[in-house]
Amino acid sequence: MRPTPPSDPPPPGTLLELRNVTKIYGQGEVQVKALAGVDLRIARGEFVAVMGPSGSGKSTCMNLLGCLDTPTSGSYRFRGLEVGALSRDQRALLRRHYLGFVFQGFNLLARTTALENLELPMIYRGIPAAERHRHARAALQAVGLANREGHTPGELSGGQQQRIAIARAIVTNPDLILADEPTGNLDSARSVEIMELLVRLNRERGMTIVMVTHEPDMAAFARRIIHFRDGLIASDETSQP
Amino acid sequence: MNLLTTFILAIREVRRHLLRSALTTLGIVIGVGAVILMVTLGRGAQAQVTSTISSLGRNLMILVPERAVRTGGGGSTAPFKMEDMLAIARDVPNAVVAPQAASSVLVIYGNESRPVGVTGIDNQWFVARDWKLSAGRTFSDAELRSGRPVCVIGATTRKELFKYQNPLGATLRIGKVSCEVVGLLEAKGASFGNDPDDVVLLPLQTYQRRIAGNRDIGMAWISARSSDDIAKVQADVTSLMHERRRLGPGEPDDFAVKDMKEISKTVGQVTTLLTAFLSSIAAVSLVVGGVGIMNIMLVSVKERTREIGIRMSIGAMEGEVMQQFLVEAVTLSVLGGLMGVAGGLLSSAIACHFIKLPFVLDFSIVVLAFVFSATVGVVFGYFPARQAARLDPIEALRYE
Ligand SMILES: Nc1ncnc2c1ncn2[C@@H]1O[C@H](COP(=O)(O)OP(=O)(O)O)[C@@H](O)[C@H]1O
Ligand SMILES: [Mg+2]
Repeated sequence: MRPTPPSDPPPPGTLLELRNVTKIYGQGEVQVKALAGVDLRIARGEFVAVMGPSGSGKSTCMNLLGCLDTPTSGSYRFRGLEVGALSRDQRALLRRHYLGFVFQGFNLLARTTALENLELPMIYRGIPAAERHRHARAALQAVGLANREGHTPGELSGGQQQRIAIARAIVTNPDLILADEPTGNLDSARSVEIMELLVRLNRERGMTIVMVTHEPDMAAFARRIIHFRDGLIASDETSQP
Repeated sequence: MNLLTTFILAIREVRRHLLRSALTTLGIVIGVGAVILMVTLGRGAQAQVTSTISSLGRNLMILVPERAVRTGGGGSTAPFKMEDMLAIARDVPNAVVAPQAASSVLVIYGNESRPVGVTGIDNQWFVARDWKLSAGRTFSDAELRSGRPVCVIGATTRKELFKYQNPLGATLRIGKVSCEVVGLLEAKGASFGNDPDDVVLLPLQTYQRRIAGNRDIGMAWISARSSDDIAKVQADVTSLMHERRRLGPGEPDDFAVKDMKEISKTVGQVTTLLTAFLSSIAAVSLVVGGVGIMNIMLVSVKERTREIGIRMSIGAMEGEVMQQFLVEAVTLSVLGGLMGVAGGLLSSAIACHFIKLPFVLDFSIVVLAFVFSATVGVVFGYFPARQAARLDPIEALRYE
């Protein structure tokens, strides 16, 4: 599936690109313009923090990046594909093969062991059981919870649950990890642990990470920080390492 | 994701929510169980009818003192007299007549006692009913004539009173009469809930004088020489008795001569009809069970909205979510079907034991109930599954 070349081709290394993207919820009187024309390019290997006041469109943007939703207007290209032109199932396949999500509320399957939670994305990929177990154990190892594979979310602390969720996101080796306020439900010590884990995944595995956070301390772990305001990007700064 | 994996996951899901699964499937369990029970009992009754018909090899009729139903409804009438029996024996060709009089009397042996159908007969009875002895002898002419206290007992009576002892030569107490056991009947097997083997036979004279205290004859067995003779014998006995009971011409009979084969056939037809009727009611309960599955699946889809969101974010396509819920519904209903089959067979075995019917295992109905319950799962799981598949992933993830 080679995409049709865009009007001016993106620089090499581009993973995704938003061009003048808007997202409007509702109709008529109750219309909300969650995104008001966003331009954004993210290259492979970047670690981007997204900040901004509540209601500024961060989550809306993340949902678009994660192919969970499509823009009202404008163009979103992920790996060169025009996401807005894809069907629901095609977007599901994009998520399956190239995307990993980490949520504020962890979103692990309840009453399901850590190992089974990690197997889930691989089941949809059709990976055989033995291989699933191997990858899942490796991912648990990577997040430092190798000894917790038989535990259900209810038996784990918040920090541990979030690490399991991260393990689930990375177990399929996706191109992009999207984390919407991953430390929002954790205390600061736990938050720092999660951030260190994400930084390590970014550095050692070259995983592209886009993370929403309210806390400047957490955003400081990222090299690039984007500020949203009223559905627009207000600032976009990259610090030198 | 292939079907096997989906199935394995569905089993996990069922195990994880055992109570919910049990409740979901309860309707199917009961429905399938009821169908199996009804059909098995029906088949048992039919088998009974068939075996009764074939055991009536002797072109048997019964003469009973009651009005035919069509001439204004049952109700018993005056009993017969010995003279009637003699007249039939004399005037109706190609027939054997065997009078009997019976009532339930407490029979005692040692420490054992039980109420038994005590029946006064003569030796023609064994001929008419085509019933042989397994040990001992029938009554002698002298015993019959003088009404001596001797008896022949049925297999059940023997088992209950004597256990493993030899009954021949033992003395029973029948009411107030002491009576020697001289013979043992072959076992016939239960029939329609009453056990013909639970019986004590006495010479008619003995019964009339010592037990009943009257000379009434309750009924008679009449057996025709061949099946071609049945109609003629029936007509002859009817006209003879009409005359003997002093009924005017055109006056309805206050007795009936019934062809046992006809009775059995009718019973068989009624049984078949009843089985069909009860089975269809049971089948309705299966549909109700299906609606139950749908209800709980719908609740479950609602409850699992967030899980569905998670699956979608991970990359589950619509069809896969749909498949998951459908397979779960089918797994539940098939498990329910299996339990229903097991429960139905078990309860029919117990019921058959207690109402003394043969337990006839009809394999096709088991397969049918199984297929039907799987179908119920597909049909009633479809709507909830579609509901799940159409959820919006973002909404679903945000669902509390
Ligand atoms: N499904 C929706 N329907 C209607 N309005 C929505 C929906 N999702 C978000 N919004 C609105 O869009 C704006 C941006 O929301 P969001 O992207 O969640 O902000 P943030 O994550 O930055 O707090 C808000 O005004 C919010 O109320
Ligand atoms: Mg948000």
